[in-house]
Amino acid sequence: MNDRAADQVQRMLALVPYLKDRAGVPVEQVARDFDVPAATVVRDLNVLWFCGLPEAVTGEMIDVDMDALDSEGVVRLDNADFLGRPLRLTVHEALALIVALRTLRETAAAGTTEAIDRALAKLESAAGDGAAAARQVQVVAAPMDARVGAAAQQALHEGRRVHLDYLVPSRDETTARDVDPLRLFSAEGHTYLEGWCYRAEGVRLFRLDRVVSLEVLDQPAAPPTQARSRDLSEGLFQPGDDDLIAVLDVAPSAIWIAEQHRVDSRVELADGWLRVQMRVADEDWLLHLVLRASGDVAVVQPTAVALRITATARAALTAYAVP
Amino acid sequence: MNLVIALLVSQAYVSKDRIRRVVEGYRDQTDEAFEKMFERDKEELREIGIPIELGSNDKMFDDEPGYRIRRDAFELPRIDLEPDEAAAVGLAARVWQHARLARQTSTAVLKLKAAGVAVDSEALTLVEPLLAASEAAFEPLWDAVVARRQVTFGYRRPGHEPTTRRVQPWGVLSWRGRWYLIGHDLDRTAERMFRLSRVTGPVEATGPSYAFEVPAGTDLRALARQLEPRPAEGTATVRLLAGQGQALRRRASSVTAARDGWDAVELPLLDPVLLAAEVVALGPAAVVVAPPEVREAVVHRLQRLAGEAVSR
Repeated sequence: MNDRAADQVQRMLALVPYLKDRAGVPVEQVARDFDVPAATVVRDLNVLWFCGLPEAVTGEMIDVDMDALDSEGVVRLDNADFLGRPLRLTVHEALALIVALRTLRETAAAGTTEAIDRALAKLESAAGDGAAAARQVQVVAAPMDARVGAAAQQALHEGRRVHLDYLVPSRDETTARDVDPLRLFSAEGHTYLEGWCYRAEGVRLFRLDRVVSLEVLDQPAAPPTQARSRDLSEGLFQPGDDDLIAVLDVAPSAIWIAEQHRVDSRVELADGWLRVQMRVADEDWLLHLVLRASGDVAVVQPTAVALRITATARAALTAYAVP
Repeated sequence: MNLVIALLVSQAYVSKDRIRRVVEGYRDQTDEAFEKMFERDKEELREIGIPIELGSNDKMFDDEPGYRIRRDAFELPRIDLEPDEAAAVGLAARVWQHARLARQTSTAVLKLKAAGVAVDSEALTLVEPLLAASEAAFEPLWDAVVARRQVTFGYRRPGHEPTTRRVQPWGVLSWRGRWYLIGHDLDRTAERMFRLSRVTGPVEATGPSYAFEVPAGTDLRALARQLEPRPAEGTATVRLLAGQGQALRRRASSVTAARDGWDAVELPLLDPVLLAAEVVALGPAAVVVAPPEVREAVVHRLQRLAGEAVSR
C-alpha cells in the first residue's frame, strides 16, 4: 500500500475513536480491522504519542501505553477525548458503500434483503450528499434460477457437499460431479458457484444457469486444504499456462467479442474490422465462438481451427440440401 | 495530525501566526518552509474530506482571518447498526472490483468500525456480488455524474463510424455486468443511453460542477428495462441428433423421438438471431425445420463459414 501522509492522517483519525471503547485490544486485531500490517499500527501509535492539544505540556499529550504494547501486544490509549468520533463519510465514500449495498441487495435471497434495507436506510440518513448522489447510480443484476440458487445457498450455509449435473455448451456435454461449495458470487451478469470439484480435482467455477440439476447431499463438505477461492480482482477468466493463443479478425458487427473477452492486443484493419489476439482455454471453445459468430469472425490462428470450421460448416450444409 | 487537533478543538478561528506557534513541527521552520508545509497540509486534509474553513472571528474589526474545522461538519453522525445490518456492511466492503471504489468503500467501513460498529461479514451467507468496472471510461464518467459536469467523448456504435458526443451525464447504470451512461445528448437534444465499452478515447469533463439538474422523475431502473430481452413470440422446431444440443433441449417445450436417431425438438422462439447462432454452433448435429426465416439464416451463416460467400 502506498502510505502517503494523508492516508496516515486519515487512518489515525479513525484509530483514535476506534480505540476509545476497545481498551486492551490486541494489536493484531487492530491490524486486521484496518487491513494494514501490525507494524503500521505501531508506527501510527508512535506518531499519536506525540500528538495532543496545542501548547500541551507533557501529561496532556495523547497517552499510548507503550509498555503494554511492547510486552503484551495490546493497545491502550488515553487523553484523546477531543477525538471521540471518526470523520464523516465523504460523498465518494458514502456513494461507493451505498452502491455496494444495493448490489448486494440485488442478488440476496428474499429473507436477507430486509437487513440490507435497514442498513441502507441508516447509512443514507448519515451520508447526506453521498445519498443524494446515489440516486444517480443503479445496479441491475441478472435474474438467478431460484431453485438452483436456493439449494446452492443452503449447501453453502450448512457446509454440505452437492451433486451437480453441469452443461458445458462448447462441448455440448453434461457431466455429473460432486462439489464442495466454497462460495457463491455473481459477476459480469451471471451467478457462479465456486467449489472444489472432485471430478476435476481442482477449484472450478460453475455458472448456475448451466447447472441442469443440483442435489444437496447429506455428506459434509470437506474440501482439501489447497482448495482456496480464487482472487478475482483481475477478472473472472484468468490466463492459464496451457492457454491457446488465437488471432481473430472481427467484423464491426461483432465487436462485442472484443468487449466481452479479455484481449491481449488489437489492431484496426480496413472497413472497421479489428484484428485481436486473445487467450482461449481450448480449441472447442474457440470453435464454438467462431461458429456462433458465423462469418463475422475469421480465424487467422490457429489454422487447425480455421480448417475445422470450414469442414463443420460444409458437413452441416448437406442437411439443408443446398449445394 | 496536530494541525487537525489544533483547528478542531478551537471554538474560534485560529490565525496562521498562532497555528505556527502552537503546532509541533511548524515552530522551528523558516518562513518559506512553513508556508509550503502549511499549504501542503491543508490541501492533503481537504483531499481526505476534512472541511477547513477560512473566516474571521469578528466581522466588526479588521482582525486577521483564521482557520477552523467545525466539529459538526467533521464528525460522523451517530449510527447504530444491528448485527445483521453490520454483517451486510461487511459483505458490501468486498463488492467493488474497481481499485478506487474498493478503497473508498474500505475507508467508509473503517470509519463505521471507528464509530463502534462491530463488522462481522461471516454472519450472513449471501451470494457475493462482484461489481467490476474495467471500462476505461468508467472513472471519468462516474466523477462527472457525481459532480454533474458536462462531458465530451468519442462513441462508436457497432457498424458505425465513431462520433463525438457532448452529454450532460444524469447517471450510470450497471446492467448485468455492463456499464451504461444515461444523459442528455446536447447535439441530439434528447435523452440517450451509452454503453461504456463503446466509448473511444478519453472522456473530457468541461465547464463548472453542478452545471445542470437531473430531471425529476428520471428512473434509471425503468430505463434499464429497455435492455431486457423481448418476450417470446412463436415457436421453433429443430431436429437434433440423439443426445446432442443439450442447451436447446433444456428450453424445449416438447421432444419427439424419431426412429432415425434424430429428435424433433420444439422450443419457444425468443430471439431468432440467437437461435440461428446456437444451431450453427452445433454443426451437423442440428437442423432447423421451422420457422423458414431462421432456417434461411442458418443456411446463410453456414455458407459464409464454409467459405462460399464470405464478404470482407
